[in-house]
Amino acid sequence: MIPISYYIILSALLFTIGAVCVLIRRNAIIIFMGIELMLNAANLAFVAFANQHQVLSGQIFVFFVMTVAAAEVAIGLALIVTIFRSKQSIDVDQISSLKG
Amino acid sequence: MPLSEAVNQGPQFFYLAPWIIIFPVIGLLINMFLGGRFKERVIGIIASSASGLAFVVAILLGISLLSHPEGVVLRLAEWISIGELQLDWTIRVDTLSTTMMLVVSGVGTLIHIYAIGYMHEDVRFKDDLGRYQRFFVFFNLFIAAMMILVSADNYLMLFVGWEGVGLCSFLLIGFWYDKDLLGRPGTENALAGSKAFIANRVGDFGFLMASFTMFWGFKTVSFGGVFSQVHHIAETQPGLILTITLFMLLGVAGKSAQLPLFVWLPDAMAGPTPVSALIHAATMVTAGVYLVARSAPLYSAVPEAQAVVALVGGITALFAATIAVGQYDLKKVLAYSTISQLGFMVAAVGMGAYVAGMFHLITHAFFKALLFLSAGSVILGIERGHHHLPHDDHHGDEVFDPGDMRHMGGLRKRMPTTFWVFLVGAVALSGIPPLAGFFSKDEILADAFHLNFPVYIMLAIAAFFTAFYMGRQVWLVFFGSPRHEAAEHAEESPPVITIPLIALAGLSILGGVLNLPSVHILTHWLEHTYETFHLHLHAGEFNLQVALISTGLALAAIFLAWLLYGRKPLIKDQPDPLQKILGPIFNGMNRKWYVDEIYEFLFIDRYIDLAKFLSIKVDWDFWHDWFHDKVIGAAYRQGAKFLAGPIDLGIIDGISKGLAKLFQTLAAQFRKLQTGYVRNYALAVFAGVVIILGYLILG
Repeated sequence: MIPISYYIILSALLFTIGAVCVLIRRNAIIIFMGIELMLNAANLAFVAFANQHQVLSGQIFVFFVMTVAAAEVAIGLALIVTIFRSKQSIDVDQISSLKG
Repeated sequence: MPLSEAVNQGPQFFYLAPWIIIFPVIGLLINMFLGGRFKERVIGIIASSASGLAFVVAILLGISLLSHPEGVVLRLAEWISIGELQLDWTIRVDTLSTTMMLVVSGVGTLIHIYAIGYMHEDVRFKDDLGRYQRFFVFFNLFIAAMMILVSADNYLMLFVGWEGVGLCSFLLIGFWYDKDLLGRPGTENALAGSKAFIANRVGDFGFLMASFTMFWGFKTVSFGGVFSQVHHIAETQPGLILTITLFMLLGVAGKSAQLPLFVWLPDAMAGPTPVSALIHAATMVTAGVYLVARSAPLYSAVPEAQAVVALVGGITALFAATIAVGQYDLKKVLAYSTISQLGFMVAAVGMGAYVAGMFHLITHAFFKALLFLSAGSVILGIERGHHHLPHDDHHGDEVFDPGDMRHMGGLRKRMPTTFWVFLVGAVALSGIPPLAGFFSKDEILADAFHLNFPVYIMLAIAAFFTAFYMGRQVWLVFFGSPRHEAAEHAEESPPVITIPLIALAGLSILGGVLNLPSVHILTHWLEHTYETFHLHLHAGEFNLQVALISTGLALAAIFLAWLLYGRKPLIKDQPDPLQKILGPIFNGMNRKWYVDEIYEFLFIDRYIDLAKFLSIKVDWDFWHDWFHDKVIGAAYRQGAKFLAGPIDLGIIDGISKGLAKLFQTLAAQFRKLQTGYVRNYALAVFAGVVIILGYLILG
């Protein structure tokens, strides 16, 4: 039996990698991947604790997160395609029309 | 005499006293609200009955007084009650007030009946039938107001009646306020009404000042209260009573048309003739005489005031008599004669001869009402004659005055009844025995002979003029040949007009019976009232010398009038023979000694100057140009400049502009946060989450 701390540490690592990826990369698709990584890190934490406490609600929540992530991907990719059409690029630093 | 039995025996009708006012009020209310539906005759009958019923009540009161000569005071209601001032609506029935009631309602009723006929023709002549009803409403209102005046038990209630009759006088002088004598558009009548009202205001000021001073000194204005304190106050403060009586004299001069306020009465002849007869000859103008007679205890306490009153009366009597000689207008002669005769009465009451004054008041009411009403009948007759003339174009242009005696002449044959009654009135006024005027005038002259010789001289000369101008009038109007086509075609008046004239003529012949020498019915009658106030009347002794002198003077004057006007009657367009003899003096008489012009110059022009000064100098130059524009305007402009500049632009705008600047600067700083880089926003969200989580976990 692998102790729960290993899962938590892995989840934390994955979340950190995702967060750093979102914060430092410019490519919209890579940022997107970072977000997915963070979501899945959370999922991993959910199932780990669900197994630890022997309750189903954590695992059920994972399904909801995956559903929401799927919906998010659909909208996010559509946005990226639209941005690319107008700017001929998916570099997020190019999308700075709201600069004050 | 078993007085206590007599008191319990005789009939008592004193409780009826309020009806003397209520009957005329009922009459006027009926005519005011329902008169529009009635025929003319019904309106006239209602008004005359209202006045007639008041006369019946007055007779009943008189009968009651025969057995209860001390009279009664009926308290009807509380009126004014402020601090020390306690005034009740109280009717005083004593021999003096009842005498006035009898004269007012008796003569008033006859004139009401006469007016039924007179106004019937007058409204047709002036072409406004609707005013017939209005006339009788005013007439009844006048009777009601006059009854309040004579029945009052305090000076303020008397003042209510005093003002009421003044109002009716104003309304009736200006009765044809939009028409002149001939029914053409004009404002002379309205102006005459205003003149009467304004002249009376001056007198009313005097009356009010007298009442206020009286309340100040006596703490009451009721007759009983004031008269009972007179002896006490006369010893301690004689000046107070002198002030009251002299102020009151001003009121008397206004109402009874004495010098210097008489100028309104001649103009008041603009009213219809029944008005001149009732208000401006028989009743209202005698209110001043009644006031002095009523205030006898006050006047008797200050001989100085009595002397002034007598002098005013004497001078007025003489002054007005001379003016009457020079007048051409039928009614103007009678108007000045009224002023002159009022002067006789005022002189009499001023000398303390209260009975003589009241006696002359009564007989004068008879014969002067008779003269005015006959004059009205003459004017109507002339108008009828004028109406029958063929109306060519040149007649339309010619101004025809039906009251001008120069257009009359020879009316004796055309209007016999009117001639005879007018003659009776004229002889009575001239003071020829045994008609009423002789006895009353002679009593005044006899009293004056003893009491105040200078006034006697003035009155005797005035009596001479009286007989002269009446003789002149009779010969000018009724004798000779007609001097105008209208007079040729004049017609006698109908019985509704002539019957009251005959009744008044009867009274003018027999009126002297009231106070025959050595019988003295009126003296004994009025004594009861004056005894209540501890005032003893002396019965005017018949003085054969005085009687012979005055009769001689009157006959001489009539003979003189016959010499000038009767022997060779005036022909058309001939000037007055007196003008040749007297020249400028006649012109002065004709122009009323220029009193109107003098007043115009002294008062009206000065008043206009004052008004101009006030409006141009004070109001426009000082108030508007200087004070408003310079002072207030400049101060306001300075203030506004200060508020607009430093205050508004500096402080208020500074605050709002500073605030705007502050937020602009802050916004410029905050704007920099909005980099537009998604990663920056993400980092901020991330940092926020870390901080919140850190706080939740560690906190």
